[in-house]
Amino acid sequence: MGITEAILLTIATAATPLLIAAIGELVVERSGVLNLGVEGMMVLGAVGGFAAMSLTGNPWIGVVAAIAMGALAALAFGFLTLSLAANQVATGLSLTILGLGLSGLLGVEFVGKAGTKLENISIPVLSDIPLVGPLLFGQDPIFYMSIALVIGVSWFLFRTRPGLTLRSIGDNHVSAHALGIPVLRYRYLAVMFGGACAGLAGGHLSLVYTPVWIENMSAGRGWIALALVVFASWRPARVLAGAYLFGAVSIGQLHAQALGIAIPSQFLTALPYVATIVVLVLISQNVRATLINTPAMLGRAFVPDR
Amino acid sequence: MRGKALAKGEALLKLEGISKYYGSFKANDQISLEIQPGEIHALLGENGAGKSTLVKMLYGSLQPDEGEIFWQGQHVHIGNPAAARELGVGMVFLHFSLFDALTVAENVALAMPPGKSVGQVGRELKEISASYGLPLDPNARIHDLSVGERQRVEIVRCLLQHPKLIIMDEPTSVLTPQEAEDLFVVLRRLSAEGKAILYISHKLAEVQALCQEATILRHGKVVGECVPADETPISLAKMMVGADIHEVSSRELQVATGEVLMQIRDLNLKGDGGFDTDLHNVSFLLHKGEISGIAGIAGNGQSELFDALSGERTTDKESIVIKGENVGHLGIQKRRKMGAMFISEERLGHAAVPEFSLSENVILTRHGLEDKLNNGPFLSRGTARKVKDAIVHMFDVRKGSDDPTAQSLSGGNLQKFVLGREVMADAEIIIVNQPTWGVDAGSAANIRQTLVDLAEKGAAVLVVSQDLDELFEIADSIATLNEGSLSAFVPTKSTDRQKVGLQMTHDVAGTTSHQTAH
Repeated sequence: MGITEAILLTIATAATPLLIAAIGELVVERSGVLNLGVEGMMVLGAVGGFAAMSLTGNPWIGVVAAIAMGALAALAFGFLTLSLAANQVATGLSLTILGLGLSGLLGVEFVGKAGTKLENISIPVLSDIPLVGPLLFGQDPIFYMSIALVIGVSWFLFRTRPGLTLRSIGDNHVSAHALGIPVLRYRYLAVMFGGACAGLAGGHLSLVYTPVWIENMSAGRGWIALALVVFASWRPARVLAGAYLFGAVSIGQLHAQALGIAIPSQFLTALPYVATIVVLVLISQNVRATLINTPAMLGRAFVPDR
Repeated sequence: MRGKALAKGEALLKLEGISKYYGSFKANDQISLEIQPGEIHALLGENGAGKSTLVKMLYGSLQPDEGEIFWQGQHVHIGNPAAARELGVGMVFLHFSLFDALTVAENVALAMPPGKSVGQVGRELKEISASYGLPLDPNARIHDLSVGERQRVEIVRCLLQHPKLIIMDEPTSVLTPQEAEDLFVVLRRLSAEGKAILYISHKLAEVQALCQEATILRHGKVVGECVPADETPISLAKMMVGADIHEVSSRELQVATGEVLMQIRDLNLKGDGGFDTDLHNVSFLLHKGEISGIAGIAGNGQSELFDALSGERTTDKESIVIKGENVGHLGIQKRRKMGAMFISEERLGHAAVPEFSLSENVILTRHGLEDKLNNGPFLSRGTARKVKDAIVHMFDVRKGSDDPTAQSLSGGNLQKFVLGREVMADAEIIIVNQPTWGVDAGSAANIRQTLVDLAEKGAAVLVVSQDLDELFEIADSIATLNEGSLSAFVPTKSTDRQKVGLQMTHDVAGTTSHQTAH
């Protein structure tokens, strides 16, 4: 494996958790709900996944536990914001703070323990193709899931009836209710899906990226995922592009720092954020297209009249 | 069809003693009514009379607390809108229940039973819309459509479900006279095909022309049933309101005789969002003691014009002149201090803050004027309450508590309050956008009378409205706003509804009709 391949592989590893968390949040926001608790759900997924793997020795059980942790945290968020119509921004922020604190508490016993990494899966024949092979077909299982999620979510949102219904709720929940669409049921499912994705993204961190548990190991990735959704104007393919761009620039600047390029390291560290925002803003210049894709009900509580 | 005695067979729909309570408030109280197949049945009543509540129960989005519904003789329970659609009840909503960001076909598909692809629905809707003379492009996005076209989508969506009863909630309130005529043709054809129509409106003339039966609601109760053609608009209005509506007193129409108080010169303004209309070279004069009316279908630049006139968006200095001074660059409060008052279209959220009390809403527009509502940085809540009481008293604002939040008032009462707040401050220029939109008949008459009185006292009044009847009732001269261009003002005496209606749908040159298609 050459140095280029190694770098490209790390880019995919850096981009995968962002991509998974962002694609989950995209579905949540398309239904009109703003869950700012991505960071919290992600870190809960990371600790839950690592703990389950550590206790059972099976990283796959870790993956399931990470997903379940995220979904459970999202269910709590859903109960507060959907059933009780609490403020979504405040509840989401609380969820992040809770997640960071609770994960620290749950993870005390696991700090410094070595974990079992989720093994890469090489797809025979295909992974032998030079350069492209190992990149696309010699990756960890969660990488494959992330790609499947982007394709699946695009297909679901734009090619299926329930996807259309979900988008309609995000566009106008009053109209949807008038047509007899169960607004809150759809939103619960979307919120849980988003939580499961955030949990899986966290699991990627503690089971693939660095198979150990470190407090606050999500390190702001949940916030980046949230920003990606907005700057990608709620379109799955753009979330994919944004996540990989961010991953590429972060890895690139690390190598640049290692090579001792004479640019202040603070600037290089800021580069991924700047580059991602600039590129995504540039591609969102079409105001009309952006308006069509922006869920008009984002962050607004819905209380059905009875 | 009209006036023909219908065979009294089995009623399509029969309501017996339907009641709906909200706490101790009876929104619907023992309502009974019957609709025959093929009948166009009017449901008349003021805002708050309980029409919407009743209709929501028929469409399954609300459940009655008491009473029974019979459908073709069978006792039924309508648990949700899907159940209503299954029975054959279709609904065309007043505040359109469409999804702006989705296409026509997607909007229609959402109301159809699952299993049909959006493409299939698109083909079917194209067919049925063409057969009823309501052409639609299945792939157009809703927010690119005019209000009339949006209503078409609602109607076609309803027709595709093959309903036996169609409920229409104030269908003509957003249409030009020509569009309304086209709609009546469709409704009469549906009636001839045996479909019943429950027609909700408070436009009495069209109810008389269209409906064979009418049920009148007041305060949640049925107060009368009649054959509308046998009544007069006055007698119908009396049943609706429960008292005589005083007509706006007629006055000598003024034509550009008074002193010019406000001048608009070549006003250009770019729409600020993706879907807004640009204003092109708008010029006109507002004269002392006159009411000028601007007609036009919503979305043709009315809100942009209002924003520019009020100073919510500033323009070139010379574009707007108040009493000889260039004010295009000044903000709203500076213009208010010069004696100009502005009443925006959206009562809640624009003219008034929904969660604020009335006295707090008084402060919002009148601080800095001479009522001493503030003492330096400190607010005088006592004075605000006094001003509030004066407005409530003078304009007969009905409210539940002493100083309720703006959102708890009914549309008509809040509009009276907002109007009062502005005009009590000795306004010389009054700019008002859609003064009676969604306001009940009694309050609307009061509001119009107030505007006429203000003009009599020497104010220059500009009324922007979609309601042609309103403009013809009170305006001295009328112009139309179309695609951001304003026609010349014509004295009301020398024009008529048909001419103005045509101007509203044609471009200023009067040649081609504008159709949005993508």
